[in-house]
Amino acid sequence: MMTEEDHKLLKLIGQDCRLTPLELSVQTGLTPQYIGQRITAWEKEKVIVCYQPMINWARTGEEKVSAMIEVRVLPQRGYGFDKIAKRLQKFPEITALYLMSGGYDLSLLIEGKTMQDVALFVAEKLAPLEHVQSTATHFVMRCYKQDGVELMGEEETIQRLVVSP
Amino acid sequence: MNRYLAAHVSGLPPSGIRKFFDLVSTMKDVVSLGVGEPDFITPWAVRESGIFSLEQGQTMYTSNAGLLELREELSHYLFSSLGLSYDPEKEILITAGASEAVDLVMRAVLEPGDVVLVPDPSYVSYAPCAILAGASVRYVPTHASEDFRLRVEDLDQVYTPKVKLLVLSYPNNPTGAIMRREDLLPIADFVAKHDLLVLADDIYSDLTYDGKHVSFASLPGMHDRTLFVSGFSKAYAMTGWRIGYVAGHADLISGLTKIHQYTLLCAPIMGQIAALEALRSATEAKRDMVTAYDRRRRLMVRGFREMGLDCFEPLGAFYVFPDITKTHLSSEAFAEELLKEEKVAVVPGTAFGPSGEGYIRCSYAYSIEQLQEALKRITKFVERRLNKESNT
Repeated sequence: MMTEEDHKLLKLIGQDCRLTPLELSVQTGLTPQYIGQRITAWEKEKVIVCYQPMINWARTGEEKVSAMIEVRVLPQRGYGFDKIAKRLQKFPEITALYLMSGGYDLSLLIEGKTMQDVALFVAEKLAPLEHVQSTATHFVMRCYKQDGVELMGEEETIQRLVVSP
Repeated sequence: MNRYLAAHVSGLPPSGIRKFFDLVSTMKDVVSLGVGEPDFITPWAVRESGIFSLEQGQTMYTSNAGLLELREELSHYLFSSLGLSYDPEKEILITAGASEAVDLVMRAVLEPGDVVLVPDPSYVSYAPCAILAGASVRYVPTHASEDFRLRVEDLDQVYTPKVKLLVLSYPNNPTGAIMRREDLLPIADFVAKHDLLVLADDIYSDLTYDGKHVSFASLPGMHDRTLFVSGFSKAYAMTGWRIGYVAGHADLISGLTKIHQYTLLCAPIMGQIAALEALRSATEAKRDMVTAYDRRRRLMVRGFREMGLDCFEPLGAFYVFPDITKTHLSSEAFAEELLKEEKVAVVPGTAFGPSGEGYIRCSYAYSIEQLQEALKRITKFVERRLNKESNT
């Protein structure tokens, strides 16, 4: 059962996973021991899945291409879409995978170094899979916002007076 | 050209904040803890509603009292959040920030010879506004040993039969003190006994970190004796929009509206529209900001205590008010020397009244990284001063 404190703690870790239990303790008023225990438990329960920074690859100058792919799939008796999804999630090229409502079944985000990489993956790995009926590839032109973080444009700077009542 | 200035204006001392602002403005690379406004930008949904209102051509005057829709929404909000009941038609006036509301109250109720009781230390505007309205001010000292709460014993000490108005401003700027229901009840008895009016400046009421804010106006018998002042600046990060309000008995609000209609006509319409959106959709954004302030508050209190300074734990607003007497520096000297030596701007406690001597006000409306940097620099400064003392 999540308490309000737990919720706040998880939110803080979600915003900056570099915060140590001691820093979290200063900012929340919870003891470092309690925080340490909760983090360990959440890691075990896979509430905290992993710790990874968000990298804006567009700023590194490294060439990288990503595409959203709509996939129509024939569901399997007794498994629905789970069996094919489990198989697809194993591909390292697929960085996100969702079951969708609407005009198609699965939505994939694929990353590669070039458009050719992505095209080859779709043509050679994805489309020939049993139960895959069709694919539609949409290349990402530019990423403006990811996981709630704005990636484009100048940071909004606040022009405040240096001293005010 | 000074001879043209009215005596009561030329005789008014400049704000202690202004003096310090001028000093800080001459320096570069200063880490400032001197700001009395949120570091957050107004939530996007609120900004967007302001933009949309301009696109729609909503650039006209509103009624003097402000948009009825906003007053109705405020009436619901005040009832649901603080248990206050005000008729949106007659008992709420939208103003250009809470500052205008404070000025209106003073001008509408005070006459030459009247006395206003002001907690000390407190926000810089109350005393000048009272003086400009022709009244005089008596400060009511508050003390760290009493958690900077206002006590009837201290009110009794300064009371004269000329007192007409008592100012209550909790959560308090600069101390961060709050008044709980049990602290307010004896004040209510005092107010009733002496037939006083109260200006309750509750602008920081949403920024309370331990329990729920209790408004003086919600106490038995105090609704009609209180002019409740608040605004959107602090809780919704809307300082530049200049939208505040005052609520109270219809007769009083009618008097305030007379001054407002002749001097300001109405608060800016785009700000009123944005304020309406804030009430409707920014509750979660407000909660997130309060959570962030709370984290910073804990960091700052701990930081000052680790330096070896006494630091009262503020339970409201976004300021800490550490006691710097161990350094044997006056508030002003501490602030000036800290600025020169470590380039950190804080505000001397004396800018908020004589009882602020021995304290500095540090705002924590800054990012955690900025606060950590400031604490690091202040620690170096304090260590030098404490070592100097122990070596002499």
